[in-house]
Amino acid sequence: MPPVLVIARLTVQESSRRRLLLALLILTLAVVGFSAWGFNKITTVTNSAGQTLPPQQVALITSQLLIVVVFMFSGVLALSAAVVAGPLISSEVESGLLLSMLARPVRRSEVVVGKWLGLAVLVAVYAAGAGALELASVDWATGYLPPHPVELLTYVAAEGLVLLSLGLLLSTRLSGITAGVIALVGWLIAWIAGVVGNIGTGLQNPALENVGVVSHLLLPSDGLWRGAIYALEPDSLIATLRAAGTFGRANPFAASEPPPLQYLGWVAVWFAVMLALSVWSFRTREI
Amino acid sequence: MAETAEQTPAVAPPSAAAAGVPAVKTVELSKRFGKTVALAGLTMTVPRGEVFGFLGPNGAGKTTAVKLLLGLLNKTSGEGWLLGRPLGDLQARRRIGYLPELFRYQGWLSAAEVLALHCELAPLPRASWKDEIRTVLDTVGLTDRAQDKVGTFSKGMQQRLGLGAALLGEPELVFLDEPTSALDPVGRHDVREIIRGLASRGTAVFLNSHLLSEVEQVCDRVAVVDHGRVIASGTMNELLSGTVVRVRVAGLSPADKNRLSNFGRVDDEDEQLTFTNLDAERVPELVAAIVGMGGRVYEVAPRHQTLEDRFLQLLEDEEK
Repeated sequence: MPPVLVIARLTVQESSRRRLLLALLILTLAVVGFSAWGFNKITTVTNSAGQTLPPQQVALITSQLLIVVVFMFSGVLALSAAVVAGPLISSEVESGLLLSMLARPVRRSEVVVGKWLGLAVLVAVYAAGAGALELASVDWATGYLPPHPVELLTYVAAEGLVLLSLGLLLSTRLSGITAGVIALVGWLIAWIAGVVGNIGTGLQNPALENVGVVSHLLLPSDGLWRGAIYALEPDSLIATLRAAGTFGRANPFAASEPPPLQYLGWVAVWFAVMLALSVWSFRTREI
Repeated sequence: MAETAEQTPAVAPPSAAAAGVPAVKTVELSKRFGKTVALAGLTMTVPRGEVFGFLGPNGAGKTTAVKLLLGLLNKTSGEGWLLGRPLGDLQARRRIGYLPELFRYQGWLSAAEVLALHCELAPLPRASWKDEIRTVLDTVGLTDRAQDKVGTFSKGMQQRLGLGAALLGEPELVFLDEPTSALDPVGRHDVREIIRGLASRGTAVFLNSHLLSEVEQVCDRVAVVDHGRVIASGTMNELLSGTVVRVRVAGLSPADKNRLSNFGRVDDEDEQLTFTNLDAERVPELVAAIVGMGGRVYEVAPRHQTLEDRFLQLLEDEEK
């Protein structure tokens, strides 16, 4: 097996042996069960006439609540990725664990890419598995399924990968805690900057609008989150948002358009740049 | 550059490689960390199949030198070759074993799994892993703990495991950086036996240590490094050619003792004078000189110079 895959396998194996996967599984099952119970309550809500809500209304309420739930889920996933990626390299340099491995015929680029790959697989599998479970439970509880579930889970996983990539880059030079904290703050700032951009759109203020654009380019976590929102919205809501024009685009928890293809292309370039920077940074580091 | 020559021909077999090419060769190899000079122009040659002791006080640059040789640090200037290949060459690393001073292994793997990981990274043919792992576990005395998690190991056991990892695949050159720092006397004895075993099968050993008695027992050749440069090197016989003479004497004034400095460096401990590097043939002359000054000689005890004597002498000479 090539060294890059050995390192990737080792990263996955470590998460499993350290019971990270087990902890995530138990927590996810608890959250999914609790949210299914909560969503089921929507179907039992009655209006002033004492009748249960019509299916369209249940779907609308569910879609809006699901956006909030998915926001929290994607946030937890992104933060977890940052926390796990932060010490991924630095802790092994500090402890000396990498010394004997790097004295083998292993390139540093293989260590960086292998670790990214291993954690990326975990993030993607967890996003797909836990996300699918949540959507299935909501569907069971309310009969509502978002219009684009695959795209939704892809965007959520990609958001996690953004934080993973940032955390890994920082981990090549900074201590685990510092790298993790910077990545977390970066994610938060990117989200707030996205909201500022929305406000700028609502106020038709180009300067504020540019804050959102620049943040989406520098750290695409919020840009990808907007894609996830779009994938969550029923067509009727999207039509309403589009009809509202500028104000429809100003809601930070709504998206009237999917991310343009050029932006998704930029995200792919961003991932490549981050990995290249990580490799360069680690190759030039004295160990 | 930490990694070079990624496209290289197949590794030469040890027998062919051993012909003439030294295990380690450096020319004016140096390393700076900002304004701090960690290694200043290291020039040395370690022949094949020899046990080479690399000595020096703390902070002398020993570990820096090993890390430079292994490509873990980037050189500031100079040149170096391992097994005939430039520093950082990936092919050369296939034939090298390394026990770091800061040894640490995956605590969530078993000892056998850590060794399997190193077999895979080395890389050794998969069919040989089982035998390799069994052999090195037996060599370092961890057979009974093969399936136990490394996280449950004592420091000494982890160092034994690291030594085992360094021995996998019968490397042509093994770097051992303070290999007995966490071991008890039995463990230290075992390591000396392992080093002798490596030498007997033609493996060159680069031993970083400040345990001088240990080095004296196993090394064919040593280099003493201080403040980042080699201050003495040679075979043990070349370095330890002098005699140490301890004289118990009374009745000498400080001026008399000063006049005895023409017999070499003297450690003055009141009634006991130690001449740290004196030709044994000059002992009668020394005694005559002391008596001539009015000194009363009670005891004269010549002995061979130890590595510790020589080491301390070299460092003191450096400070002057």
